[in-house]
Amino acid sequence: MSHTAAYAVPRSPAGGAVAARATGLSKVYGQGETRVAALDSVSVEFRRAEFTAIMGPSGSGKSTLMHCMAGLDSISSGSARIGDVELGSLGDRQLTRLRRDRVGFVFQAFNLLPTLSALENITLPLDIAGRQADPEWLQRIVTTLGLSGRLAHRPSQLSGGQQQRVAVARALTAKPEIVFADEPTGNLDSRSGAELLGFLRESVQALRQTIVMVTHDPVAASYADRVVFLADGRIVDEIHAPTADAVLDRMKAFDAKGRTN
Amino acid sequence: MFRTALRNLLAHKTRLMMTALAVLLGTAFVSGTLVFSDSVGGAYRDRLSKSLDDVAVSVTTGGPSTDPKEQATALDDAMVKRIAALPGVASVRPSVSGMPMIADRHGDPVGGDWGSDGDNYVPGKDGKDSRYPLVKGRGPAAEGEIALDAKTAAKAGVTLGGTVRLAVDGPVIDKKLVGIVKTDNPRVSAGAGLALFDTATAQKLFGKPGEFTELAVSATPGTDQTALTAKVRATLPKTFEARSGQELAATQAKMIDEQTSSIRKTLLIFAGISLFVGVFIIANTFTMLIAQRTREIALLRAVGASRRQVVRSVLIEAGLLGLIASALGFVLGIGVATGLHPVLNGTGASLPDGPLVITPSAVLSALGVGVVVTVLAAWLPSRKAARIAPVEALASVEAAPAPRSLVLRNSLGAALTALGVGVMLYVTRFKDSGGINYAMAGSALTLAGLIVLAPLLSRPLVRLFGRLAIRLHGVSGKLARENALRNPRRTAATASALMIGLTLITGLTVGAVSADRGMSTMGAPDMTADYKVSSTSYLGLSPEIARTLAGQPGVAAAVPLRSAGFQTDTSPGSVTATDVRALGKVLDVTVTGGSLADVRGTTAVAVSDKFAKEHRLTVGSTLPMAFYDGKKATPRVVAVYKDTDILSSVLAAPALVDPHQEKVRDSQVLVKAAPGKAGDLAEKIKETLGKNPLIKVQSQDDLRRHEAGSIDDILYLMYGLLGMAVVIAVVGVVNTLAMSVFERTREIGMLRAIGLDRREVKRMVRLESVMIAMFGAVLGVGAGVFLAWSTGHLLRSSFPQYEMVVPWGRIAVFLLLALAVGVLAAVWPARRAAKLDTLEAIGAQ
Repeated sequence: MSHTAAYAVPRSPAGGAVAARATGLSKVYGQGETRVAALDSVSVEFRRAEFTAIMGPSGSGKSTLMHCMAGLDSISSGSARIGDVELGSLGDRQLTRLRRDRVGFVFQAFNLLPTLSALENITLPLDIAGRQADPEWLQRIVTTLGLSGRLAHRPSQLSGGQQQRVAVARALTAKPEIVFADEPTGNLDSRSGAELLGFLRESVQALRQTIVMVTHDPVAASYADRVVFLADGRIVDEIHAPTADAVLDRMKAFDAKGRTN
Repeated sequence: MFRTALRNLLAHKTRLMMTALAVLLGTAFVSGTLVFSDSVGGAYRDRLSKSLDDVAVSVTTGGPSTDPKEQATALDDAMVKRIAALPGVASVRPSVSGMPMIADRHGDPVGGDWGSDGDNYVPGKDGKDSRYPLVKGRGPAAEGEIALDAKTAAKAGVTLGGTVRLAVDGPVIDKKLVGIVKTDNPRVSAGAGLALFDTATAQKLFGKPGEFTELAVSATPGTDQTALTAKVRATLPKTFEARSGQELAATQAKMIDEQTSSIRKTLLIFAGISLFVGVFIIANTFTMLIAQRTREIALLRAVGASRRQVVRSVLIEAGLLGLIASALGFVLGIGVATGLHPVLNGTGASLPDGPLVITPSAVLSALGVGVVVTVLAAWLPSRKAARIAPVEALASVEAAPAPRSLVLRNSLGAALTALGVGVMLYVTRFKDSGGINYAMAGSALTLAGLIVLAPLLSRPLVRLFGRLAIRLHGVSGKLARENALRNPRRTAATASALMIGLTLITGLTVGAVSADRGMSTMGAPDMTADYKVSSTSYLGLSPEIARTLAGQPGVAAAVPLRSAGFQTDTSPGSVTATDVRALGKVLDVTVTGGSLADVRGTTAVAVSDKFAKEHRLTVGSTLPMAFYDGKKATPRVVAVYKDTDILSSVLAAPALVDPHQEKVRDSQVLVKAAPGKAGDLAEKIKETLGKNPLIKVQSQDDLRRHEAGSIDDILYLMYGLLGMAVVIAVVGVVNTLAMSVFERTREIGMLRAIGLDRREVKRMVRLESVMIAMFGAVLGVGAGVFLAWSTGHLLRSSFPQYEMVVPWGRIAVFLLLALAVGVLAAVWPARRAAKLDTLEAIGAQ
């Protein structure tokens, strides 16, 4: 399988509209001698109502790709779009607004404000935007995530798994075009992790959300519809309908190649 | 452990900066005060030693004698000759001194309240007076001549050859300026004027011809001062006083020390307040640092450090911080000392100039105070560090320490506050200063109680402000409220610092405004005269002035009032002598018994109701009066009048009082204008009296303003001195916010990621700041008003016109200022929060 060549030109969408798209996206840190290309002309599409996992060894650029696509980090060259919005042309305030209105986030940790209740945390992006939550939608998310009895609790009164579910609920509540999740199960035990991934899967299927998840866990990746592999800032492979074993095999192959290189 | 402490100090430089600033400002105030008072004392002493340089013995007439035989002798030429003839005496300088009033360009006295010193110019063998070295011209030698020092001449607007206008106790005298001299007189360097005359003229102006007021004896080299003083004393009549130069210097040095130590004490109280405010900031910082460093400390414990070592490490860190900050503070303090001089002089205190005096004890006290305060403030937090268990090094990141219960603290705070309020309510039952100790204890208890109770009080108040903030600013208001409520101890400690300053400021303001109101109703309500003419010197006015005024067109009545001292059987008293029949034209006297018209001749007096009560007098009783010339009288009481500020407690006809006075002088003349002529009469009176610097003409309004003005001056000085405490409190708010922003870096990053823009982040920090500041301000204003109200009762007997006034306008200004303080304190922390790189903040890279 060839690497960059096959992915340099985005393939025509297999199904549904594109929620976000990177075209020739590069991210360079430093200058001259210390110049490091974290992303090297990456082109990728995230289709609506699809659950994509981004995998790769540390330093492969998977987090950078997510940050650039989510409007958290600037782009050196190329293009990153959410829907029809070109991120490269936006200033800080517009990026902030974009994140607020069209992007959801789930981080590995520090997702919630300890001073706010679970419900207040969930509606925080809407509060910031000065919008009202759609009660039916909110109800549906809360029920789907199994948080009904926990809404008045403070984060410190919730388990790690529950806290991450609140974070997912918050990411979904504003009906964003795309949700980015950065190692959402990284701090969870395997059962809570599996539960959370089940919910993410569910929200793609039942709520038709678009989710992009960065992970290094093959089991987590196996919940996705598609896995995109990154190495050295380039997309090197892709699997559809992955299983944990298939992902693991593919990663072993990269590792072996990395060692022989 | 010392190395750990030092490393920690260096590692947290920026985080400790604000704390260091708080300590620095406090110690700067302390060291500034010390250096300042040492310098002022030094300057006084320096002047003094110069002016007493060659005085071995000083001879003065002493007090008035009651023995008529001794009254005959005076300090005259014969006495000078007798002393000069004594062995060991090099020379005798006979001086005649007094207090002339020199007119400035406007006819007001040079030297303000200090007035001027008058002395005689005593030419030596070379024709010059060594006490007053000439700068220009020559010494005064004839009656029409005068010499001044350069400053006085400048203030009087006279150059050599020009005319100096002055007055001693009568009309204006013109003298030609013939010389400019230098002087070491400390009063003159402090702001008083100086005028020199030839001896005969000085005697005419200040005493009697041929008599001196002081003889300054200088000794031949090798003569013992004490022995010479004894010898001189032996040649003098009993009433005269002979004191050695050393003795004189010691007495005056003691006076100087008393004077400077009272300034020092006052300033140190305010410096102490500033330091106390700083304690909250230091304690807050160390509490936060230790919370942030929990894992580090747990690790130290895990690898074998004992609790004691952990505590010691924290305290050493505090000590080092205190030392560095106070050393810098001392340097700043020297600047403060330099600046205090003009500031205090600007409010009327006249202090001599001189070099800065930096004593080792000042350095040591400032550094000591800085270190001790910092270490003490860090002591409680250090106990918290000791409680950190080694296992916490292994705990997961998320486990924030469960907030400790406030139950104990709240109960203690409630008890203290209740006790304080109780004591203050008890204070309201006092009518005089007898309750002052209770008032101080009660105020301290109330404040301490509020400080302890502040975390509890912060909840409802911050919620209240929060409601407003949310309505105005939505989500950033809500986040700010939650942040302010998150750690009630921290919010409370930060606000307490501000509360202390505002309690004092509000309390003083309420007191001052109320006193002001009291005085304005006081003024001289019973004075029906339009003007009060009085003297700027303590010598009073020549009776001629009242006569001149009475003949002035536009004047309906000019009634002179004289006062004199006397002794009853039991206590000293004061009597006003006046033409009682004319008194009614200028004064509303309420007679409660007898008739004022009967007060005449040498056998009848009236007394005030207060005096009558104190001495059990009624109409018909006799009042034994012993005057200071040794003569006695036993007039009958013929009337009793209601006590008033203008009259003394006894009212008599001049016939009774005048014969016992050395010189008859009016203390004031009350002038009633003819109908419709009151408007420009003040100017006309001054004009008629030759723009005499001795004469002060005050209308009713002037009288009121005079009293109120001095209160305002003091109030503004207090504001200035308390300003430092407020500045330190502001530093505390900045500190807390900056630390909080640092602690909440990841949270802020997350908020930025999910869509809070920079402006809203800034607003969130700013609103938190404003809530903390307003919380402190509301508590402070409330406590200040309450304490001022309860303490005000102590004035009821001595100042019955005092009436509690709540100055809403000023309180509103204070609250607005607190709001501004909140906004200002948040500028830097808010900018830092807004500038946080989102990616770094969420800990991604």
